[in-house]
Amino acid sequence: MVHMANQIALNFSAYPKEEAIQHVAKHLQDFWEPRMRKQFHAYVAQGGSGLHELVIEAEKRVK
Amino acid sequence: MALLHETDYGTPVSVATTLVTLEIDGKSVTVPAGTSVMRAAVDAGVQVPKLCATDSMKSFGSCRLCLVEVEGRRGTPASCTTLVEAGMKVTTQSPKLAKLRKGVMELYISDHPLDCLTCGANGNCELQDMAGVVGLREVRYGYDGANHFKENVKDNSNPYFSFEPAKCIVCSRCVRACEEVQGTFALTIDGRGFGSKVSAGGEQFLDSECVSCGACVQACPTATLIEKTVLQKGQGEHSVVTTCAYCGVGCAFKAEMQGTEVVRMLPYKDGQANHGHSCVKGRFAWGYATHKDRITKPMIRSKITDPWKEVTWDEAIQYTAGEFKRIQAKYGKDSIGGITSSRCTNEETYLVQKLIRAGFGNNNTDTCARVCHSPTGYGLKTTFGTSAGTQPFDSVHDTDVMMVIGANPTDAHPVFASSMKRRLIEGAKLIVIDPREIDLVKTAHVKADYHLQLRPGTNVAMINSLTHVLVTENLLADSYIKERCDEAAFKKWRDFIALEKNSPEAMESITGVPAELVRGAARLFAKGPNSAIYYGLGVTEHSQGSTMVMGMANIAMATGNIGRSGVGVNPLRGQNNVQGACDMGSFPHEYPGYRHVSDVATRELFEGAWGVKLEPEPGLRIPNMFDAAVEGTFKGIYVQGEDISQSDPNTQHVQKALGSMECVVVQDLFLNETAMWAHVFLPGCSFLEKDGTFTNAERRISPVRKAMPPKNGMADWEITMALSNAMGYPMHYSHPSEIMDEIARLTPTFAGVSYAKLDEMGSIQWPCNDAAPEGTPVMHIDKFVRGKGNFVITEFVPTEERTTGKFPLILTTGRILSQYNVGAQTRRTENNTWHAEDKLDIHPSDAENRGINEGDLVSIQSRAGEITLHARVSDRMQPGVVYTTFHHAMSGANVVTTEFSDWATSCPEYKVTAVQVRLAKKVSAWQQQYEQQRILTTRIASETHGD
Repeated sequence: MVHMANQIALNFSAYPKEEAIQHVAKHLQDFWEPRMRKQFHAYVAQGGSGLHELVIEAEKRVK
Repeated sequence: MALLHETDYGTPVSVATTLVTLEIDGKSVTVPAGTSVMRAAVDAGVQVPKLCATDSMKSFGSCRLCLVEVEGRRGTPASCTTLVEAGMKVTTQSPKLAKLRKGVMELYISDHPLDCLTCGANGNCELQDMAGVVGLREVRYGYDGANHFKENVKDNSNPYFSFEPAKCIVCSRCVRACEEVQGTFALTIDGRGFGSKVSAGGEQFLDSECVSCGACVQACPTATLIEKTVLQKGQGEHSVVTTCAYCGVGCAFKAEMQGTEVVRMLPYKDGQANHGHSCVKGRFAWGYATHKDRITKPMIRSKITDPWKEVTWDEAIQYTAGEFKRIQAKYGKDSIGGITSSRCTNEETYLVQKLIRAGFGNNNTDTCARVCHSPTGYGLKTTFGTSAGTQPFDSVHDTDVMMVIGANPTDAHPVFASSMKRRLIEGAKLIVIDPREIDLVKTAHVKADYHLQLRPGTNVAMINSLTHVLVTENLLADSYIKERCDEAAFKKWRDFIALEKNSPEAMESITGVPAELVRGAARLFAKGPNSAIYYGLGVTEHSQGSTMVMGMANIAMATGNIGRSGVGVNPLRGQNNVQGACDMGSFPHEYPGYRHVSDVATRELFEGAWGVKLEPEPGLRIPNMFDAAVEGTFKGIYVQGEDISQSDPNTQHVQKALGSMECVVVQDLFLNETAMWAHVFLPGCSFLEKDGTFTNAERRISPVRKAMPPKNGMADWEITMALSNAMGYPMHYSHPSEIMDEIARLTPTFAGVSYAKLDEMGSIQWPCNDAAPEGTPVMHIDKFVRGKGNFVITEFVPTEERTTGKFPLILTTGRILSQYNVGAQTRRTENNTWHAEDKLDIHPSDAENRGINEGDLVSIQSRAGEITLHARVSDRMQPGVVYTTFHHAMSGANVVTTEFSDWATSCPEYKVTAVQVRLAKKVSAWQQQYEQQRILTTRIASETHGD
């Protein structure tokens, strides 16, 4: 999961930061199934070790 | 239903717009300038006798049978080589012509065996027909002189057709078909005069350059080249026009039948994707449909180590529904899902996703496009607004520069490759971007202007450096961009791509391609004027597959190459219905027509039509299903027409997932690899046994028509419907046309599609609706579907799959001409003659370093697993890169591939796996275990199996 999320972030990393965060958040919202997002939120709540900074920021906007 | 004979106009159609009126046998006829007199005569309802002419190739003028008289001219010109002129008066029948023709036929027949009653072409022989037409009653020369027909030497080396030179009239149709239709140049006429004979380069057909496309056999007017099935069975008595079930070209075929048995498959001349051409798979490799391995009775078992037990359809359906309901009751409604297949029809895939969304109550539906072209859908939707290629195949005839990226059309899309080669021979330029030296790089009369032989995994670096050249050398289509594209997005992209880090010089150390070559290719592409991109899985099956698709869309927009004939971004889809499976809402996040499940209006539309509340959240993708299965939250799966155990990456992970489930249901023709892990087997039916539609790579919806009854007793859509009814979600269709009607009602791009219109038009390219009632061959003509074209920043992110001291080589995978994907179909045909096993291609220097010789057994080891294959030493690969195919289950190519995938779509990174290759003394442990597992899990209980 960390690898998948970071790959998404890296592919948006050339955009201005705010735009990149929006892209990452939308991608996770649109394509990740609820149980994956639940695991994702839980992982971030535990510190989110190894996650790209864009992913950490995007997590706040993902339901 | 009669045997369909298409009209043969003798010479190709003229596309000139100027019209010419002339008179033939007193009948006035108006035709385009450049039309032959022979063709004009057919338009006038007059058949001129002919032997060497046929309308799939240029006129040749050798048989002297089609002579005519033209008022005011001397002599008797050949009507095939004489072009129409205004006011011309032509006579096709006169005593003089009759005498000449009879004399010609007399010469032909004097050197032809008179075994007509026992000849394989009896009933379908043009020579016999012409003898009848000219009224030949005797041969004055006798048969005792020098002749060829007593030389009874046959070449039966090809598994599908026979070559009997004794029956050859040296009309050269086969030679010309090989050159003009197929573009292979495998045949020639050896010798001169009486000694002239057709030759496959002096070799037997099987040993020659022949690719067994069948064009020569189709062109032969006698029994010289003839299908072995026709020799064995005789001529068909009726035919059914249908669509091939192999690659994404979607060729139309006539199934020539005797009752319910296929005699031969002939490419249909009016097929709008193939125009009467074919390849070895569609033309000949259909025997799998009646192969002894076909399973025709449903089977169930409690454990995969139990033997299969044959049951009735009702028992199988009730058992499956009971298991799925039990699992959902125990683990929750999201604990099951299903996979549709690109080998199935639109109607079947639509029904499976409907069953899952409406019957299972979740969105856990996915399709095998996940592992091939899902990045195409994502990338083209993001940039252009729709998840599909932009052009019809025929667009290539207007192309000036072709850029072929990560595709091997001569092997994987051979019929379209023939069109490409024709255009290249006419003078179009070619840029190939591929780690391998594919055939198109250098083949008969075709040589790529640029072969950018990049390192695997560096596509995005390459497309960025190509576009960097355009941006920094002012080669952009400024007015097109200003008018057609989003300005803000363009400026952001332009500023990014102009960065020095994207220059060919900076990228050279990454791609391995000299900067000057990249600059030259970029300038050529920009020059066009019509430049088109054709690409395949070498683009999509990477960790940046989607990024690369968007990069290609960027370069097409930047040069103004979208929105007219001759240009475009063209995915060459691997399977016959990849496009259709995606169109039909097979992906977990979107409904038919690519509308997200969270879109309230769309969801309400489907809820209203289907009468059930639908889930607004995306479901699991295939790899997510596997992960969830291993984690214990995904327990049941319905797999229609897909072999995930062989085709998906990291086989051991896939099999662990399948082994973790409580109910795996496989619907297929054969006990495939996935069935080894299944608890229910629902026998499916072949494309010859059902009605439906396939949608090919050019968005062309083509009819699939039933040629024989289902051998399993039920069509695939009926099986899904029965399962849905048993699950408690009622479906009531009496024919697939009703399913298409529902699709049309719910999908704006299909609104104008119906079986009646398909029968009328032959095929339709979507969008087909009120705005485009005849369909849409070229997309984005005046504006992009999304409005303004969207340039996307394509940062190069290197794959994390890298070579190390332990795994110093990169393995890349692909497919070859004679086999098809997991081989379930082609391995059960004579196509094994050409490819009986998967081999490892290794560069001579890598082989030498390891002491590996041609044919040695070698081990291929990655961090995921190890297999053994026999080595083929080949310089088609660059040093450091090895290659194999994945057609044989026993090879286990995907035991080695890893879980890395495209960041946006989870499409596996099949094309880049770090491996080590060593000499091996025995086959790998996985392969040994596979053999035992296969034997254990495919047993069928003898007490119910009959024999």
